[in-house]
Amino acid sequence: MSHLIDRLNFFRAANVGTFADGHGVTTAESRDWEDAYRKRWQHDKIVRSTHGVNCTGSCSWKIYVKGGIVTWETQQTDYPRTRPDLPDHEPRGCSRGASYSWYLYSGGRLKYPLVRSRLRKLWREARASLSPVAAWRSIVEDPEKRASYTTRRGLGGFVRSHWDEVTEIVAAANAYTISTYGPDRIFGFSPIPAMSMVSYAAGSRYLSLLGGVCMSFYDWYCDLPPSSPQTWGEQTDVPESADWYNSSFLILWGSNVPQTRTPDAHFFTEARYKGAKSVVICPDYSEASKFADVWLDVKQGTDAALAMAFGHVILREFHLDRQVEYFADYCRRYTDLPMLVRLVERDGRLVPERLLRASDLQGAGGEANNPEWKPLAVDDGTGSVVVPRGSIGFRWGEQGKWNLEPRDAEGREVRLRMSLLDDRDEVVAVGFPYFGNLEHAHFAGTDHPSVLVRNVPAKRLRLAEGDALVATVYDLLLANYGLDRGLGGAHTASSYDDLEPYTPAWAEAITGIARDRIASVARGFAGNAERTRGRSMVIIGAAMNHWYHMDMNYRGVINLLVMCGCVGQSGGGWSHYVGQEKLRPQTGWLPLAFALDWSRPPRQMNSTSMWYAHTNQWRYEALDVEEILSPTAPAGDWGGALIDYNVRAERMGWLPSAPQLGTNPLEVARAAGDSGREAGEYVAEQLRSGGLRMACEDPDDPANWPRNLFVWRSNLLGSSGKGHEYFLKHLLGTAHGVMARDLGETGGKKPREIVWRDPAPEGKLDLLVTLDFRMSTTCLYSDVVLPTATWYEKNDLNTTDMHPFIHPLTAAVDPVWECKSDWEIYKAIARKFSEVAPEVLGVEPDVVLAPILHDTPGELAQPFGVEEWKAGDTDPVPGRTMPSVVPVERDYPGLYERFIALGPLLERVGNGGKGISWNTSGEVRALRRLNGEAARDGPTRGLARIESDIDAAEVILMLAPETNGEVAVKAWEALGANTGLEHTHLAAPRKDEKIRFRDVVAQPRKIISSPTWSGLESEHVCYNAGHTNVHELIPWRTLTGRQQLYQDHLWMRAFGESLPVYRPPIDTKTIAPVADEGGGDRPSLVLNFITPHQKWGIHSTYSDNLLMLTLNRGGPVVWLSETDAGRAGIEDNDWVEAYNANGALTARAVVSQRIREGTVFMYHAQEKIVNTPGSELTGQRGGIHNSVTRTITKPTHMIGGYAQLSYGFNYYGTVGANRDEFVVVRKMERVDWLDPPAVPATEEAAR
Amino acid sequence: MAGYLDTLVFGIYPYVALAVLVVGSVVRYDREPYTWRSGSSQLLRRRQLIAGSVLFHAGVLVVFVGHLVGLLTPIGIFEALGVTHGFKQLMAIVVGGMAGAVALVGATMLAHRRFFDARVRAQSSFSDNLVIAILWVQLALGLLTIPVSLGHLDGAEMVRLMAWAQGIFTFDPDAASYVAGAHPIFKLHLFLGLTIFVIFPFTRLVHMLSVPIRYLWRPGYQVVRSRPAPRSRAGRGSSPAR
Repeated sequence: MSHLIDRLNFFRAANVGTFADGHGVTTAESRDWEDAYRKRWQHDKIVRSTHGVNCTGSCSWKIYVKGGIVTWETQQTDYPRTRPDLPDHEPRGCSRGASYSWYLYSGGRLKYPLVRSRLRKLWREARASLSPVAAWRSIVEDPEKRASYTTRRGLGGFVRSHWDEVTEIVAAANAYTISTYGPDRIFGFSPIPAMSMVSYAAGSRYLSLLGGVCMSFYDWYCDLPPSSPQTWGEQTDVPESADWYNSSFLILWGSNVPQTRTPDAHFFTEARYKGAKSVVICPDYSEASKFADVWLDVKQGTDAALAMAFGHVILREFHLDRQVEYFADYCRRYTDLPMLVRLVERDGRLVPERLLRASDLQGAGGEANNPEWKPLAVDDGTGSVVVPRGSIGFRWGEQGKWNLEPRDAEGREVRLRMSLLDDRDEVVAVGFPYFGNLEHAHFAGTDHPSVLVRNVPAKRLRLAEGDALVATVYDLLLANYGLDRGLGGAHTASSYDDLEPYTPAWAEAITGIARDRIASVARGFAGNAERTRGRSMVIIGAAMNHWYHMDMNYRGVINLLVMCGCVGQSGGGWSHYVGQEKLRPQTGWLPLAFALDWSRPPRQMNSTSMWYAHTNQWRYEALDVEEILSPTAPAGDWGGALIDYNVRAERMGWLPSAPQLGTNPLEVARAAGDSGREAGEYVAEQLRSGGLRMACEDPDDPANWPRNLFVWRSNLLGSSGKGHEYFLKHLLGTAHGVMARDLGETGGKKPREIVWRDPAPEGKLDLLVTLDFRMSTTCLYSDVVLPTATWYEKNDLNTTDMHPFIHPLTAAVDPVWECKSDWEIYKAIARKFSEVAPEVLGVEPDVVLAPILHDTPGELAQPFGVEEWKAGDTDPVPGRTMPSVVPVERDYPGLYERFIALGPLLERVGNGGKGISWNTSGEVRALRRLNGEAARDGPTRGLARIESDIDAAEVILMLAPETNGEVAVKAWEALGANTGLEHTHLAAPRKDEKIRFRDVVAQPRKIISSPTWSGLESEHVCYNAGHTNVHELIPWRTLTGRQQLYQDHLWMRAFGESLPVYRPPIDTKTIAPVADEGGGDRPSLVLNFITPHQKWGIHSTYSDNLLMLTLNRGGPVVWLSETDAGRAGIEDNDWVEAYNANGALTARAVVSQRIREGTVFMYHAQEKIVNTPGSELTGQRGGIHNSVTRTITKPTHMIGGYAQLSYGFNYYGTVGANRDEFVVVRKMERVDWLDPPAVPATEEAAR
Repeated sequence: MAGYLDTLVFGIYPYVALAVLVVGSVVRYDREPYTWRSGSSQLLRRRQLIAGSVLFHAGVLVVFVGHLVGLLTPIGIFEALGVTHGFKQLMAIVVGGMAGAVALVGATMLAHRRFFDARVRAQSSFSDNLVIAILWVQLALGLLTIPVSLGHLDGAEMVRLMAWAQGIFTFDPDAASYVAGAHPIFKLHLFLGLTIFVIFPFTRLVHMLSVPIRYLWRPGYQVVRSRPAPRSRAGRGSSPAR
């Protein structure tokens, strides 16, 4: 009753007994205080959820709730079991996830809708007399009013608002922008749908119904390895982590498994217990290095050189001196190595050109359908040239021959000949580009000539247009690797000690790894693959992919795997783990997310090109195309700036365009309608005549600015925004730290294809809206901040590459304070938009310009050269030489009703993905019964409802083959029609299964095998990429239908990347412009700026979490080597500044022996909102890691309309490379916390 | 007016202070058991704590016992034991003076540490600061009474103070009048002492009530708590938490 009274027990013996000779006593005192400890772990309920943080973990967690408060979380342990010979998945989780509940009630939690105070004041003044859209117009069309809030972004000044007001501001801004500039001036950035599919879909559905633009992320993050679509026609497909256990030789190459794949790392340990050999390749002594049997501390940025040397050894010992039958057979059947390549003369010597096609043969080899897209090979049996099945020409326009059976087009059995060595007509000298002789202040090179002429066996063929010399890809590959085959000539090696590219001795000079260690690792890798039929694996992180020449790093590695027959084999292959890309029920999600149930196509934009153009990073471009052009480039004009290449690519329909045209697309649609012509015809004609222009040609024209931007599930400005300071300067128009001068100021070579405007625009955005649960850096720069539900307050779905399960996020508690889930927020905006829009918008026609897409017949656009309509080479033909033009109808007043109902297109045209489609009426009917039918009168009456986030999840689950067995069988049937093979056995055993939301809430469920993915979920194998290609003979979605090691597109040849070579990092030229900023004789260092992923956070999330801050140093840090630090007088924990022309950042130094000399590590995405002082140079708060970066695009990534080199959203396109960057690092003399208010009180009062 | 003030401070305030002390401590003990602690800052900084704390506590314990015995023992007992007022006064000055000086040195060290060590200062609450400040002042006042006491070594002043203290506990309505003529230093010392009673339940001072002195004579090194007898058979196992 009372603690005090309970203790007033003087008349009762406290001790009721003794033991151990009186050394112990037994007491009868009150034990009520023990309840405190019991109650500590009592809770009212446990709810299943996870963390939608793009960590790839996708770990299921138990969320504990006590008294309506989320108290803590622990790992779920109820994953479905694996097979008896395989360790289980559980438990999965890490310290970061375990600290998440801290966020819910922390000081940084967003609780109410916030608006920039100056904007709110303007809005309320305007709204006092004006309707919403007119009010918005009155603000943004008055330059002074507009600048009064846009220039204050990032400087505080938020005030609390309410939902009705903020949704009205947003809706009015959207409606104004659509009617004034066009819906394609409204952008949305949200990444990685797999981490919370419904939340992503909420925003993207709203934007797609508007006609707004969803921006890509995978390529922008530079996690997309373009080498994957180049080689496999596949965005990225990788083995699940359990498959590591099936491997017996694992290379961890630039991937830090224990630190960044924490929940999966146990499989690596278990594989080692089983006896797997492990080799770790990374420049620093990372956490992963403790896993190593062999650690190769390669010089950063030279991985391609190491890979080339490995390849040299493997080809020498396993393909030439001794031929491993398994390897040869694999290469013959599953790669383009037997395909024939034309050799043409260039500068007086032969160089490899494009793959030979059926159309080159007389009578097109008897092929009527797409002969230009059917590469050729020589049949070993007959010695004649044949058209092997499976190439992309067979994929479109005919059925039943698109497979990897060893047959030719006529069905005759063939065995393709790999080498023409014994069948050669002559030995010819062929030139290969060499880039290892480029000078770089920080990277070693050799002085070999720029063109390495090597002897290759060739055959002379009689073709339709005369004789031609041809060689197989295999023979070219061997020559490229510098292997002596007894054909004489220079630049080949017969010994590993020859200093010729790409021997181990050569690689030793470049990478710093001893030649015998290179040879021994290569031998071990291939030897294991030989003994196990391909169970050698490379686990690779994005680190190597962030270099400008990432394709060379990656293709160098992929070649090793292909040479050894590892891809598509259990325990083997390419395990590229980056973001949480694998949206397993993708085809079920797409209609919901992009409103494909209402209109197609959606507007999508590749972010790298978009940000490069609209944060004006192109105006500062220091990389000349000349510097990256191949010495063997085909004849032609290869001048121009990088952005010129991008503009050309957009005009040809290779890359998407948004904003698309210099004119509002609603006006274009009306004008097309008035002209009485078909939209495509009208736009093509207007483009040719100059009546219409592509917006990309004039990104600084105010009519072409991105006007509204939504950011949700993302911290664009605090994490992924490469060229952070350029974002602040040009996109936002606020205080920034850019120190570079643009090409106008430096007198550099300006782009040709683009209008140069002076002064450069600052503050392109009218409105930046961010949805988040915490006050991130992006929120700080926004105009409107909307408080969203955390991962413990909403219902959603989650999948990953790393395990085969789908499982949910569920609401353990309702969103706190005034927060709402993303689904409810966008619903609220949509509802308000429908109310506001009729002021200026009704049902409107729109035209969408769509790029030529991969996995559509359009990908067969230009088979040989590159013809540009703008240059007059050809006519603008929509979908072939320019973007497709599709008329679409937008119902703006009815937008909300459309948002919450499943539209009619699914029943009318079906569903599908990756080039196949199926009828899905049955599923739509089932959804009507499951979710209920919309009852409101109007066009949505009777349609399935999507009111709640759970309704939305059910739509995904019902439509996707991965979660609906019946759909899976239909999908495999559809693919079977293409391949002429029977695949339904892969899903038939699970045909009756329908996974529902409540099922995954009960327990994570294993997904069903579907043709969307190249691996299988079965009781017999772990998920492994390429498995169905190898075992079901489904072609890769490439030109040859095989793993494409030879890239024959004109631009690939121009930039010297037909075959992998070593290319040193580029010179970003960002140090010289700030050389004088040093402040006299202060010691400083010039170091390579490396930004791997951290231990104390996932991207920027958790970097402001008190628990994680306590485990680390509580703020931004950079890591320096002991030697470097000593040279600059920097001691551990000193404040240092790192800067270059792009900007500056401040951090404390961690001085460590584990860091390689010459590098500075700044773990990616430490937010500048915690413990970050001002920069001495810029006077701004020391930035984030991206304050010193600027992204640089690459022309080969802009190629489109060419089989696997065709655009796909997040699939192919420019990527945000940033790792070739250098910074100056020096100790700070003055640590200024910039504490005074941003605006002096007097100035504020004067307003 | 002066008479009223004396009555208020030395006649009424003592009861208020004692009531707050007792009721406040009981309520806190019952309602906020997790706040019942000494609030040591040793984890933050060891420096100056050990020496300061030992000096302070040693001195203050002697002073405390001296006051308790000196003030509350009925005068008749001293007289029966043959302890003269003069001798008692002298003892109070000598022993109290030495102990008080020791405690003041310790308190000075602790106060310096509390206010000038950045880490400790940052973690100090208002009540932590108040306690050390008020104790330091009280010790200083106590020592300042010595010159006054040296002026009347006959102990008559001391007897008046004893009469007052005992008068409070015997509900003597005239208690306040016994100290009405005392030197202002004494009055200030008494007032501050009563104020310490007032803040007692709200500060770390409560640890005085929980000093684990029982450890000195506790038998046995291992203590096993017995399971309380079940209140009812049906009540076990399935009943909801109380």
